[in-house]
Amino acid sequence: MLIFEHARPGRRNYSQSPAAAAKIDDIPQNLLRKVPLLLPEVSEMDAVRHYTRLSQKNFSIDTQFYPLGSCTMKYNPRACNSLAMLPQFLARHPRAPESTGQGFLACMYELQEILKDVTGMAGVSLTPMAGAQGELIGIAMIRAYHESRGDSARTEIIVPDAAHGTNPATAVMCGYKVVEIATDKEGDVDMDALKAAVGPQTAGLMLTNPSTLGVFEKNVAEMSKIVHQAGGLLYYDGANLNAILGKVKPGDMGFDVIHINLHKTFSTPHGGGGPGSAPVGVAERLLPFMPVPVVASENGVYRWLTEKEIPQSIGRLSAHMGNAGVLLRAYVYVRLLGAEGMHRVADFAALNANYLMAELSKAGFEIAYPTRRASHEFIVTLKDLKEKTGVTAMNVAKRLLDKGYHAPTTYFPLLVPECLLIEPAETESKETLDAFVVSMKEILEEAHTQPEMVKGAPYNTPVRKLDDVKAARELDLAWKQT
Amino acid sequence: MPFIPHTEEDIQAMLASIGAKTIDDLFDEIPPALKGGSLKRVPSGLSEMEISRLMLERAEADGRYLSFIGAGAYEHHIPAAVWQITTRGEFYSSYTPYQAEASQGTLQLLYEYQTMMASLTGMDVSNASMYDGASALAEAALMAVRSHKTSRRILMPATVHPVYRSVVRAIVKNQGIEVVEIPYCKESGQTLPEFLDAFGKEEFAALVIPQPNFFGILEPVDALTDWAHSKNALAIGVVNPMALALLNPPGEWGAKGADVAVGEGQPLGIPLSSGGPYFGFMACKQALVRQMPGRIIGRTTDQDGKPGFVLTLQAREQHIRRSKATSNICTNQGLMVTAATIYMALTGPEGLRRIAAQSHTNTLTLLEKLEALKGVKRIFNGSLFHETVVSLPGPVDNILQTLKSQQILGGLNLKDYYPELGNAILVCATETKTPADLKNFSERLGQALDKVSAASADAQPSSIESLST
Repeated sequence: MLIFEHARPGRRNYSQSPAAAAKIDDIPQNLLRKVPLLLPEVSEMDAVRHYTRLSQKNFSIDTQFYPLGSCTMKYNPRACNSLAMLPQFLARHPRAPESTGQGFLACMYELQEILKDVTGMAGVSLTPMAGAQGELIGIAMIRAYHESRGDSARTEIIVPDAAHGTNPATAVMCGYKVVEIATDKEGDVDMDALKAAVGPQTAGLMLTNPSTLGVFEKNVAEMSKIVHQAGGLLYYDGANLNAILGKVKPGDMGFDVIHINLHKTFSTPHGGGGPGSAPVGVAERLLPFMPVPVVASENGVYRWLTEKEIPQSIGRLSAHMGNAGVLLRAYVYVRLLGAEGMHRVADFAALNANYLMAELSKAGFEIAYPTRRASHEFIVTLKDLKEKTGVTAMNVAKRLLDKGYHAPTTYFPLLVPECLLIEPAETESKETLDAFVVSMKEILEEAHTQPEMVKGAPYNTPVRKLDDVKAARELDLAWKQT
Repeated sequence: MPFIPHTEEDIQAMLASIGAKTIDDLFDEIPPALKGGSLKRVPSGLSEMEISRLMLERAEADGRYLSFIGAGAYEHHIPAAVWQITTRGEFYSSYTPYQAEASQGTLQLLYEYQTMMASLTGMDVSNASMYDGASALAEAALMAVRSHKTSRRILMPATVHPVYRSVVRAIVKNQGIEVVEIPYCKESGQTLPEFLDAFGKEEFAALVIPQPNFFGILEPVDALTDWAHSKNALAIGVVNPMALALLNPPGEWGAKGADVAVGEGQPLGIPLSSGGPYFGFMACKQALVRQMPGRIIGRTTDQDGKPGFVLTLQAREQHIRRSKATSNICTNQGLMVTAATIYMALTGPEGLRRIAAQSHTNTLTLLEKLEALKGVKRIFNGSLFHETVVSLPGPVDNILQTLKSQQILGGLNLKDYYPELGNAILVCATETKTPADLKNFSERLGQALDKVSAASADAQPSSIESLST
């Protein structure tokens, strides 16, 4: 039932709005609203019950194990939320003078410094509001760098075929042509393909390392050399930074620009699809192009640097300063971890991933890159299972929902057939992983003994398999009053 | 170890299963030369008690002010239920709803949100939100260029929020899109149709129409919309959603209605929080739905015929179309939209109208009080919503600084954005301001002005400390 269907004309929450209806007769008639406003007329309790019940139809980290590859669904500490929501932080206006936000700015400055250290970059800007915006800013800086040198012949961005879809989409938004390069049998970027692709037309290479295939690109140093020798720059997609946090700094791998998904590695909430936050880090040569604002500290006073101080900046990408509240949550998280906690994140993310990979392999699942170490994630391919039983990766994913687990990432990366990309994250215990393996084994057996049952999954969720084709053909995007 | 549950026994058992001796062995594929690099600027870990104390001290140092700043972010009362429900773990810690059967809560809520926003803007469809108002406007400009096919020119009134204009330029410039600025009327503070003809000789993809505009002034939206359509371009409304409880929505502007409506969703239940996270909204006419970027939720049925919700029209998106997607956008601002939806459900149509109307009335009352002060003048004579520009008879920085020392943030200094307006501030009074607050502000401002004029009468440099902030 929709909230609109709970409504009754004239029902209202008297405490939630002014007691009297103020007059607006000075506004010209032709500018006033004449059409009805379709908001629900419900009581506070109706609304609270309705949205509480809706929340209960969700899977979430707080209620289920979420082995969702490349998404780093780790526990979101509650302290991060409650401390970011202190009333003074919530009430502060973005255009209030800096002198009224020294406490807030101190957190932002320290977060910038910590992220610089962890990534090995010379500068960090906190403004990007999501991973895809971090990418846009990063590639825009690469473009600004080449243009500032009068180097206008660079028209291409190289992207491995295993990359997230945002990488090629971002390159196009920055006016570049995308050149996709292949992956070799071991899951690394095909070095011959890279060598063939680079040239004077190369603006840069976008790389995720460890890659979305769950392996560390062993040749990253050589890749860096090849691209740099051709005059291109290296972009690090920080989607999988969790796997190497405190172990390897992207700056040390030769990257010129990086974005960091705080909603992955730094445990800010996914919130059902946002808000994200993706600070960008840059090497020395890209410092002049950083997006504004950036926090500076001078004699213990914090202030924003703007276009005035960074005149070659690629500009502003948000109305204010990005997702401040998300940045506060990340700040609390890094202070709770501390220097000694950073590498532990990678240690236990790797331990959980390699353990789960070993156990699933023993349980009869085919691992896509069995000779490789898992980073913080790995790929199971169900190609054989599909050939033998007709059960697909999607069917297995849906059956996992019945057993109380969120599904792994399915059909990504696109180059591995019938794949499940599995990332347990460091915050899960051995018991949870063991129980997951038991469920996976059960599904494997069900696939052989009752494949039709598995294909019909899910059964225990609030709705069963939904008709996507109907949704796209008979578009129903808003409720209509009848 | 914070947030890591492993016991020593677990670690040993897990390593044995893997066939590794130590955890370090798991990193043996990383070339040794790349490893290491100690963390010199990361302090050691704090306990929850210690970090709580630090954050509380910092929050208290920032304090609370009586604020009359608007300029794109507005203080409204947020009912307690909004964030108590929004931060339930099932909303807070869930992922993007790709697995529809495990995400019906978020998906249904987003469908309800789309319904509310489509109605509020008078449009056929809404997406599930964008990052913020400024980036939503940039995406609308890109959408207009995609749908126009021949022109890559966007007409942008100077009455649009100055930072929005910067953001649009930063996002579209690498795609060879030209943003042309249109001057405003010095008397009314509006974008007048008669100013436009000079800009309409050459083809353009869209005209942006703010309502209210950055000055708080109401634009002649019907005439602007019809003019854009007469030139075969799209009309993009950039609107304050709170104002739409009172004002004619973009879908009803002119003869045919604007084509796209975007704006900043923050007034709908999102705290000011130093600038974010907020959310941008985007709604459009049915004909443009396949050009729309971002997540869109559709209602459908499951295999038993039961109604349910899914992400739809995904063929527009980067995870399917890669380099041919309508945008690189991957997320919406899910949690913010959760709050906004609950906010709109709690206020309902009448509540929202009252909040908007009270904000309007409070600003008029404030304006009257300010204009009664010697030398304070309203700059524009156009009708306004809940914000207005006034000129002060003295240096704005000094006056605002004096007010700040009395716990009042007296508005936004416009010198960086509109230097031609002289000593001008943009002030806003929402429904959160009581008659006592308005009186307090106007009296304190009067005293600050007296101080300034006394200082200048003495021909002495101002004794008020001038800070750059």
